[in-house]
Parts: sequence; C-alpha cells; structure tokens
Amino acid sequence: MSRVVITGGTVVDQSGSRAGDVAIEDGRIVEVGTGLSGDRVLDATGCIVSPGFVDLHVHLREPGKEEAETIETGSRAAALGGFTAVVAMPNTDPAQDSVAVVEFVRQQGRRAGLCEVLPSGCITIGRNGDALAPFGELAAAGVHLFTDDGNGVQDPQLMRHALEYAGPLGIVLAQHCEVAALTKGAVMHEGSCCSRLGLPGWPALAEELMLFRDIELVRLTGVPMHFLHLSTARSVELVRRAKADGLPVTAEATPHHFTLTDEMLDTYDAVYKVNPPLRTRADIDALKAGLADGTIDAIATDHAPHAPHTKEAPLDQAPPGMLGLETAFALANTELDLPIERVLAVLSWQPAAIAGVADRHGRPVQVGEPANLAVIDPSHEWTVEPTRLASKSRNTPYAGRVVRGKVRHTIFGGEPVVVDGNATR
Amino acid sequence: MKHLLSVDDLSATQIHELLELTDHMVEVSSRPIPKVPALRGKNVVSLFFEDSTRTRTSFDTAAKRLSADTMNFAVASSSVNKGESLRDTIETISAMGVDAFVVRHKSSGAPQMITRWTNASIVNAGDGWHQHPTQALLDCYTIRTGLNRRDSFDGLRIAIVGDIKHSRVARSDVQAFTMLGAHVTLVGPPTLLPPSLDGWPVEVSHDLDALLPHLDVLYLLRVQRERMDDALLPSMHEYSSMYGLDQRRAAMLAPHALVMHPGPMNRGVEMVIDPADLPGSQILHQVANGVAVRMAVLFTLLGSGSDLKGDAS
Repeated sequence: MSRVVITGGTVVDQSGSRAGDVAIEDGRIVEVGTGLSGDRVLDATGCIVSPGFVDLHVHLREPGKEEAETIETGSRAAALGGFTAVVAMPNTDPAQDSVAVVEFVRQQGRRAGLCEVLPSGCITIGRNGDALAPFGELAAAGVHLFTDDGNGVQDPQLMRHALEYAGPLGIVLAQHCEVAALTKGAVMHEGSCCSRLGLPGWPALAEELMLFRDIELVRLTGVPMHFLHLSTARSVELVRRAKADGLPVTAEATPHHFTLTDEMLDTYDAVYKVNPPLRTRADIDALKAGLADGTIDAIATDHAPHAPHTKEAPLDQAPPGMLGLETAFALANTELDLPIERVLAVLSWQPAAIAGVADRHGRPVQVGEPANLAVIDPSHEWTVEPTRLASKSRNTPYAGRVVRGKVRHTIFGGEPVVVDGNATR
Repeated sequence: MKHLLSVDDLSATQIHELLELTDHMVEVSSRPIPKVPALRGKNVVSLFFEDSTRTRTSFDTAAKRLSADTMNFAVASSSVNKGESLRDTIETISAMGVDAFVVRHKSSGAPQMITRWTNASIVNAGDGWHQHPTQALLDCYTIRTGLNRRDSFDGLRIAIVGDIKHSRVARSDVQAFTMLGAHVTLVGPPTLLPPSLDGWPVEVSHDLDALLPHLDVLYLLRVQRERMDDALLPSMHEYSSMYGLDQRRAAMLAPHALVMHPGPMNRGVEMVIDPADLPGSQILHQVANGVAVRMAVLFTLLGSGSDLKGDAS
C-alpha cells in the first residue's frame, strides 16, 4: 500500500498549531513528525494542514436539475474548496423524503469519490409543509440533518410535532427561517435599496419571526435545532440569547451574507439574487461578530448552482442562489478578522459535529485518525474566474474579485483528490 | 446619451435641454404635415412585454413624425416561461437591424438587463415599479408650460397622491421634479408608501386637505383594485373619501393650481370630480405633450448629425 506524505506544512487543528509532516496509509494518519518520507510527496511549504472542511449546506441538484449541477461536479467543487464532507439539501426532484432517494444521493456521492456526500432529509413530505417525512426510516438509513430548506415550515403545530417526534431519534432539524406570508414576491432585502429600485422587499422580520418561534419551540421541547443561513443582526442576537439560556441551538452563516450587501442589486443582475437576500452593512458586522464570539457555529456555503440562462432573467423571474464551495475558504480568510484556528473551527470541526460526522470529519490531525484533510495556502492570492470553476454553473457573485487563500491539496479517505489546486478525478 | 433607462441617467441640464427640444417638437407637431425626416432610415422597435396601448401609440406616433421606421412586437410577459428567454428575444430582433428598442416590461430592471444583449439604444417605457422616465419628462414639460416655468421649478409645491409604493411614475417624477427645484410631498396611506424613503428628497403627509390650498400641482396616481386583496386598503370607497379629488377638495385648490394624472384614470376613485369641470386639469395636455417629449428623446438618442429642418416629402 502506498504511503502519502504531506511535507513542510504547519498542522492546525483543535489542539493548536505545530510544524509537522503528515504520513498517510490505508486511509489513516500513521505518523506526524518531521523529516517523513513516502511514496508520494505532497508539498505543503507555507501551507496549513487542517482537518478537511464540512459544508452543512449545499445544493447538488441531482436528481432533477442535472443541467445546473450533478453530484459529481458539485463534489469536485467541494474537494477543490477543501471540503471532505457536504450535506446535500433535500430540494431535489424528487425530494429527499424517502430512503430510496437518500440512498441514491449517497451512492452517487460514493461513485464520484471526491468527498463524502451526506444526504439531508425533508422535514415534510415533498417539502410541502403538510405531513411529516419518515424521520425514523431516514435516520435508520443514516440521515442526521432534516430540513425543508428553500421553504420554512410555516405551521407552528406541525413544527412542534416534528421536534417532539424527532427527540428520541437523536437527529437535528434545521430550519430555513422565512415566514412566507411576509415575503410574497420578494426578490431582495426590504430597505432603502428595494424602495429605490422598485422591487418587492424581503423584510428581516420574516426571518426573525420564525427564528423566534423555533427558539421557543426548542425551549418547549428540549429538542436541538440548527438554523440555516442567518442573515440579519437581530437573528444573531436571538441565537446569542438562546445559547445564553442554555438551549441546544446551532447556527450557520454563508460567505455571501458576510461579504455582500443589498446595494449589489443596483445592477439588477440576478447573480446577486439569493434567499435569504443580501442585507446591509450592519447585518454583515453582526454576522462577523457572531462568528467571532461563537454565536454562529459554522460557515456554510448554501452553494446553489443555476444554469446560466435561468439567471439571465429579470430579478423577479430568476431563481435565487449563488455558487459558494470553491470560494468559501478564501472569503473567510480574506474578510473575517479572525485567527486562522477560528476560521478552521467554523469550517471544519464545528460543522462536523452538527452534521453528525465528528467520528470521521473534522478530526484532530493525529496518528490513527481518518485522513480527511485540507492543505491550504493562506497567503495565495487569486482572482475568481467563473469559467475556471469546477461547478457546472457559473453563478458566482465574486467574478473578478481578488481573494487571498487557496486550497492546494485535499485528502479524502486517505486519497489525494486535489493536488496542487487540481482535482485528480 | 445612449440609453434612457431612468431619470437617474439625466442631469438637470439634460432635462432642460430635452424640454427645450420638446418645444421644437411641439412646433413640428403643429405643422399641416407634422413630419420631419430627422430619423429617416432609423429603425425603432416597440417591445411591449406588458400591454399599454396608449404609451405604445405615443412612442409610435413620435417615431413616425420623425420619419423613423417602426415595428411593434407585442410580447406577452409569459413568453419567457413559454420557452424563449428575454435574451433570445432581444438578440433575435436585434439581428433584424434595430437602432432603438422602446421597452415596457412588468419586471423592474428589465430594460437595464436588455442593454447587455444589444447595441441598440434602449428607451425605458416603464419597468415594473421602477421607472418611467418619458412620463416624468412629459410631466415636467406640462408643468413648465402650464405654470410658465421655463427656467426652474424653484419654490413650486407639488403633491403626488396615491399608490407611491407600486408606482414607476412616482419614482421618476420625484427625481425629475426635485432635480428641477420643486418641493415634493408624497400623500397616501402608509401601506402604499415604499418601505423606506431614505434618500428620497420628499416630505410625507397623510392629510391631503391641509396641503391642498398651498399646492401648485396636484398629481394623482392610479389606485388599483388588487391593492385591497393584499390588505393594503380596506376599500376603494374609503380610499376615495380620504384621498380622492372631489368637488369639495377641488374648491380648496389655488386658482392657478394644475391637476395631473398619468392615466388611465379611475373615475370615482382617485378622480371623483369630472376632470372636464376642473379648470386646472392638464390630463389631455399630458397626453399631447407625451408625443412631443418622446420625439425629443428619440431624436436625442438617434438623431446625431441630422436636423429638424425641412419636411418629409
């Protein structure tokens, strides 16, 4: 069996930072030290060797919208972004509300072999908000995170029952917080920009109201919840207080919500349309503060590929969402004023715990651990070019932007799936 | 100037120049043969993704008086959903040789998007709730002539009354009127105002009666019945009693005050009195001025090198 060594880097994980080479055999780390050699040497000079990243929130579009992305192309984008595991959102067609669909997604992930694809399950059948999905069967099939992402669960009675039913199964329900009655036809943040541009607004309140409701349902039931893509300052404050009260809640924020504002919509370019919408400078500051003080547990990309022609439409007709997997680390590294250990925590071991894969992802870089690793060069500057992304779609809002920090190698299950910035399969 | 997408595209000086040019177009329109060869050989295509016979006819008349060739494409706004994308529609028609597209679309921002896919000039003939710049220009021209204010609107008091939130006319007029120096007050129930007025150089009032005696211009907007479905209004009757122009309110206006409306009017709602009984009504002048203003706009965008002399024989 061949031995892979990563040489010349600095290992950074939850136990701190130290210089060291890492040797891998049979999918596991077999040695951490200096002057190691092997059959295959991956140079990590100037780089950080980190536990691989875990993305709690990606849309891989398969089955149903393979013209926008497939599990293979999305997995490749993930690997190039340093991710060794991704949670696939259930808004496929058919939706991930049955063991058959969930098994298909997992199987396609295995075939691609670029990262671990973790199918999420729906909270309600068809994400319609009417009837509970079979949590027990899906949990037995290995599903840990359940969400109707794209839709919030509107009915408070159904949401209460979902939490009560989920309790003994040890699963996590994740909410897309949006009171639909407040966002009818909405295409962007409700504020001065939408008023000027003549576009229907998506008020911050629509997110905060459902978040508040669900925090109170967690208080009532004691069952843990995860909150997807927080976008407003008040949302951060609500989660902060819930955590101070000792409630079992976690939350994520996306790179686009902490880097872009609603003023981008001035161009009427649908590449900036996303749900929840881009908000204001004050919201960005609050999200960054939430990431800094631990209120927000994870950076998740909400990677949402859309075929180019669908985004070449007026804002009210174009679908919401933007690419994120290949730019996430660079944006976190460039835009967040955080020590690298904190950046890695919110990209790797903290989301690994929420996804229920802390036994194999986001592990410390130690002998005996599974070799799921990201080797990143934090000072490498590069320009985001849509045509050079591995995703099948091109809808990145960062085209032309110069960012700092690039994934040099990604090791998944002991195999180098990205070497020198290129996918090996 | 390549496109006219928004009043934002214009400076006060450019607005004045367009209004000066409109004077010439009014003169052309008053000739026995109201036609000049200024845009001979130019192809102006009306692309209306939303029905509007009056605006389309106004642009069409304007283009024909300048001797442009005109084509009309009445595209249902659902054609995108039926398969052809907006981009494909634009690129296809552009390939026929187009100098200007006059675009009406129910989506805010659609005319701006279209500029990416064609070399032709784009004239926004109304996009969603966003802008209707030629309406603002014709409104400015109507006030300019109606109140004999050739140089500026300094000190003029204008109230725009009604559904501001959903109104491209209001957004355009606020910008144009204030750019020329007028003082604008928006009047209507809070549910029909935009969620934020940050950066709007306006005041807001919910008391129309208190304003009326001080106004130089009362600008009424069309209020649509579907606003009741969204619980923005309790009833059209209530709207009318609070904000409609009836005999009592008309009597409170100063004798010189103008009454304007972009049309089509809802009689019995915002316009309770018969406008024929209003000495200050400018509604038909607005329509007539619309043709001349649109001639000025098309000539400015397409007419470089030609002049307005001679006739189109």
